[in-house]
Amino acid sequence: MVENLLTEKLTATDPMLPGLFRIHRILKESYDTFTVELVSLEGYQTFPFEAGQFNMLYVYGVGEIPVSISGDPLHPETLVHTTRVVGTVTRAMRELKIGDVIGVRGPFGSAWPVQAAKGNDLVFVAGGIGLAPLRPALYQILAQRDRYGKIVLLYGCRSPEDILFRKELEKWRARFDLEIYVTVDYANTRWHGNVGVVTKLIPKAPFDPLNTIAMVCGPEVMMRFTAIELQKRGVNPDNIYISMERNMKCAVGFCGHCQFGPTFICKNGPVYPYSQMQNWLAMWEI
Amino acid sequence: MAIPSPFPVSPPLIFERKDFQKLLEVLNAQGYHVIGPTVRDGAVIYDEVLSDHEFPVGWTDSQSAGAYRLEKSDNKALFAYTASPQSWKRFLHPPALTLWEAHRSNGTFQITAEDTSPRYAFVGVRACELQAIAIQDKVFLYSEFLDPHYKARRENTFIVAVNCGRAGGTCFCASMNTGPKASSGFDLALTEILEDERHYFVVEIGSEAGAEIMRELPHRPAGEGEIEAAERILAQTAASMGRELKTDDLKELLYRSYESPRWDDVARRCLTCGNCTLVCPTCFCTTVEDVTDLTGEQAQRVRKWDSCFTMDFSYIHGGSVRYSTKSRYRQWLTHKLATWIDQFGTSGCVGCGRCITWCPVGIDITEEVQAVRAGGGKTSKKGVKHENV
Repeated sequence: MVENLLTEKLTATDPMLPGLFRIHRILKESYDTFTVELVSLEGYQTFPFEAGQFNMLYVYGVGEIPVSISGDPLHPETLVHTTRVVGTVTRAMRELKIGDVIGVRGPFGSAWPVQAAKGNDLVFVAGGIGLAPLRPALYQILAQRDRYGKIVLLYGCRSPEDILFRKELEKWRARFDLEIYVTVDYANTRWHGNVGVVTKLIPKAPFDPLNTIAMVCGPEVMMRFTAIELQKRGVNPDNIYISMERNMKCAVGFCGHCQFGPTFICKNGPVYPYSQMQNWLAMWEI
Repeated sequence: MAIPSPFPVSPPLIFERKDFQKLLEVLNAQGYHVIGPTVRDGAVIYDEVLSDHEFPVGWTDSQSAGAYRLEKSDNKALFAYTASPQSWKRFLHPPALTLWEAHRSNGTFQITAEDTSPRYAFVGVRACELQAIAIQDKVFLYSEFLDPHYKARRENTFIVAVNCGRAGGTCFCASMNTGPKASSGFDLALTEILEDERHYFVVEIGSEAGAEIMRELPHRPAGEGEIEAAERILAQTAASMGRELKTDDLKELLYRSYESPRWDDVARRCLTCGNCTLVCPTCFCTTVEDVTDLTGEQAQRVRKWDSCFTMDFSYIHGGSVRYSTKSRYRQWLTHKLATWIDQFGTSGCVGCGRCITWCPVGIDITEEVQAVRAGGGKTSKKGVKHENV
């Protein structure tokens, strides 16, 4: 028997109504990936969010898609999104110019455990565009570098042309308090770095497995095998965090599309402890 | 409305069949858009009713797996039919709803949301359907976010429940503990009684709004014999239910059964047509369509019912996550009976039997559960044993 709950009047704002933002800047990150910087048209000076959260971005007349926020949580004056051109909406978004207006709903979802990770070594493992949702956590952590132990970023891409945020990676590499290892699936002779899947970098990465928080974002299969490698090093699955992705229409738990077992990725995720997901990830077509 | 808990239980009343038209008129006079059962296209559906002549008097239905027929009957009851192919979901959570409109001009656009909905009075809501409404309340009103469209419709709705005088051919509410008697969530609840040349309703009042309506209608306190007659009818209905769904440990069983060979079996029969999700009174999934007019100056977003049985439902760059029939049926059934409990604290099934009746190949959810149960959560050849999260 379901208890009838309708005992008092509820107050409501509409979580399905987008706010309007103007494109302030566009950056080409690679041949198929770009970043937009947005400012509110409705007078909001900042867009506060937590690292790992996402927004629903609407291109007028075309459609709406979930995109992680890739900007700096400590500088919310502009809202920053990085996306790869993969579908109708991202293709239309790429055609937009500075000054054009898009709709934004959010921020939605769970965040990377930036505060809880204090005092630990940190391992970031990114696959392709998966670096974008991790970047806000990197910004936030580097801003209080002394609160954390060793920091390692392992980044895997399809080819050298797919490497995102190159200048930033070079700058970070020059800091000496952050180790960055990049690998590509395939490359021509001009590439002198690692070749192979990102999980190959894990055995040699410098961190103390018993005192490490890992934040992993990339294709599902990559996250699964990364978690398995991290566990082989001795990292507790409770300390490995992944960011999940599914078809999503509403971002507020109404449309049902993003269900993954018992969770809604839009409101319970997208960031989950791997321990909560590992059994589900081991099955097909969940 | 339909605020049951704090309302003092008042003794049942008697309301005569000959005064039924007055109920419709009083509701109408109070500004309600009265929705009730009526016959159309060979089925009992729910639509606007102004007169008791529009009710399906002299009709009853015969339902079984994959079959629904209206049949003529000598029965003069207004509510002799059982579950309609429609549910009240279509009014509270409409099949297509414009969420907002956008107008483009001067290089920008403006978004406006206007949603007007009539104040509905539902007449003839069955116990299972009340439970279905309570379940959708949890999805749209009592989760992390609140759907203002659902709220506007729901809060203004007046509910006249009707206790079932007989079990439909595919009903199993008794085993789901959701019926056949309406126990909460109504403004008025009627039990229709035809005996000894008399035709009357035993009325229970569930809210102040319900009491207010009854004050405007001829009524008298129910006698012991009349109350007993109503109880007898409900006991008979419960006892004559041909199906049951055992819910003991069902969630745990289904969590263990993701690799059950039964999913392969049902996938050989399932057409992935999505009928079950459309007739289900609790299935809430939707998609959105973003469209513009020919000039491109006017855009809108329309929310439409969607079904987890389509390939599009789980489409993500590169392909559909649930590409096999097996995985889509498994998702639907497991969500309905297991993961729903973790999401909303209740099963998603109310035992109305619609998914059984309206499945073109007669797949029976109670039979599928029984078969999975018989397998005991065993896995198929290369299956992975799964633990509850």
